[in-house]
Amino acid sequence: MTNTNGRFGIHGGQYIPETLMNAVIELEEAYNHYKNDPGFNRELSELFNEYAGRPSRLYYAAKMTQDLGGAKIYLKREDLNHTGSHKINNVLGQALLAKKMGKKRLIAETGAGQHGVATATAAALMGMECVVFMGEEDTLRQALNVYRMRLLGAEVVPVKTGTATLKDAVSEALREWTSRISDTHYCLGSVMGPHPFPVIVRDFQAVISREIREQLQEKEGRLPDAVIACVGGGSNAMGSFYHFIKDEGVRLIGCEAAGRGIDTFETAATIATGKPGIFHGMKSYFCQDKYGQIAPVYSISAGLDYPGIGPEHAYLHDIGRAEYVPVTDEEAVNAFEYLSKTEGIIPAIESAHAIAHTMKIAPAMDKDKIIVVTISGRGDKDCAAIARYRGEDIYE
Amino acid sequence: MNNIKKAFENGKAFIAFITCGDPDLETTAAAVRAAVENGADLIELGIPFSDPTAEGPVIQGANLRALKGGITTDKIFAFVKELRRDVKAPMVFMTYVNVVFSYGAERFISTCREIGIDGLILPDLPFEEKEEFQPLCTEYGVDLISLIAPTSENRIAMIAREAEGFLYIVSSLGVTGTRTEIKTDLVSIIEVVRQTTDIPCAIGFGISTPEQARKMADISDGVIVGSAIIKLLEKYGRNAPEHIGAYVKSMKDAITY
Repeated sequence: MTNTNGRFGIHGGQYIPETLMNAVIELEEAYNHYKNDPGFNRELSELFNEYAGRPSRLYYAAKMTQDLGGAKIYLKREDLNHTGSHKINNVLGQALLAKKMGKKRLIAETGAGQHGVATATAAALMGMECVVFMGEEDTLRQALNVYRMRLLGAEVVPVKTGTATLKDAVSEALREWTSRISDTHYCLGSVMGPHPFPVIVRDFQAVISREIREQLQEKEGRLPDAVIACVGGGSNAMGSFYHFIKDEGVRLIGCEAAGRGIDTFETAATIATGKPGIFHGMKSYFCQDKYGQIAPVYSISAGLDYPGIGPEHAYLHDIGRAEYVPVTDEEAVNAFEYLSKTEGIIPAIESAHAIAHTMKIAPAMDKDKIIVVTISGRGDKDCAAIARYRGEDIYE
Repeated sequence: MNNIKKAFENGKAFIAFITCGDPDLETTAAAVRAAVENGADLIELGIPFSDPTAEGPVIQGANLRALKGGITTDKIFAFVKELRRDVKAPMVFMTYVNVVFSYGAERFISTCREIGIDGLILPDLPFEEKEEFQPLCTEYGVDLISLIAPTSENRIAMIAREAEGFLYIVSSLGVTGTRTEIKTDLVSIIEVVRQTTDIPCAIGFGISTPEQARKMADISDGVIVGSAIIKLLEKYGRNAPEHIGAYVKSMKDAITY
């Protein structure tokens, strides 16, 4: 899919300060070397399997299937990975790469805290320093994850600028990287930012779709009819889609956070409400005003609360290969409760957006159709916030 | 035809950065005039952006104050057109690439030409991506200013070879903001530039005192000061222009010898 300079159609590219150019060039060279290195891949596989607990289960959700009365539903259980989300896949890959490059320090941005926890975990494992930038608003919404990161030995820097959420955490991590490059790797958490990050993160997350293919082949002897995942920057979705892109018969559906609705200003649904722009190193779709000022987006989910989307998703949207649908806070919270009661699985509120859309489309599909939904993370971190959403006075 | 050249004909150049609309455009106009009257050779006008990733806290603050005040690209264009009636010093825009892209690159760059803007500095547009804007800048006679960073190393000659207007030499790692010390080996960087081109080199990032300005001017063709001026706006608001005038005079005096 990649053209020169990391383009996906017109999207992607490297719109970053000159100060960072040699750093991303060095990263690309190192990645191109190690991605084909058998030793590196052996080490990474071992980390995936022995440390992170891969392969993750492809679970047939029999009760949910029966209840919805349509397509057969399988859940790809990324929530069962070590640290509780798909973020660990990318982080183990990047941390190992950074270590090979001689870097001693990892910095990262985080929204919900899942990527920050995963980065802090990998840093602890590999004996690296770790600093995580997190919007101050998010440090309050996800206080438990802040403690987790500190427990793992990371420093958490609350970002007070702008909307004090994920986009500001990315900006601050970029600023920090500009000031300290030689010993520091920026472990970007999603399929976004300047090339080569969208490619690197996709490749490390592509393990999700590789496993879905194999596991479904074993269980059903065929490909799924639809793959559904939530999209903020879009890393779990890209990982879930990647090995199916060439199979035109497989519908690829990304679920964006619509917040209080795409007809309100309190939304983070980039494809539904954004337009082409250039920000955080990439050309893609962004929520912005007519003068290109980035919009203050909103979602109940701190992990989807981002005004942009990865450039490969923007491209898949442009060519019509993937569909992107908005899901509101209310629908996601309903799905959060539904999956908990129906299957005994508490999904991350991010992943609940994908469940919500599945609940909409599965009943209308034939019983011989198969949907795979990626549960990108577990929902323990969200329980207090959802209880508050429902009017219960619970604090962590 | 290149107006920017004139900035470097009066000894070492002093380049002043001012964010448009901080706290309002009347103050910006007075600040520009005060800077020019007191020796500024080139004015860098910042068009605010909501998420300025290359700026430190001081200029971030100016961007947010200006946006809160309702500043827009169109208001700035009208403002510059008016300002150009009496301000003859070379002027360039400093903004982020999304501000240009979302406005429509051709519409933005042709308007620059119309209102008398001589150049464009886009800190998030590296050499590899400039093809998107360079042909339009060439067509409308607006210089696309290139930046060279302490980490540029093997890229210096490549960037210098295609540079126009002046070269913006970034003094230090990190974002904009005042610094007590500049440690980068700028002499070696400018030496490499000089082997490639005789385009003027101005040093920016972290310069605030006359002593620093003198040191930087010794090894280059001019100095760029932003955060130190914005701090005066932050402190004195609408009364800042007279302080900016005095400050610019002290800086220009320090590099005039």
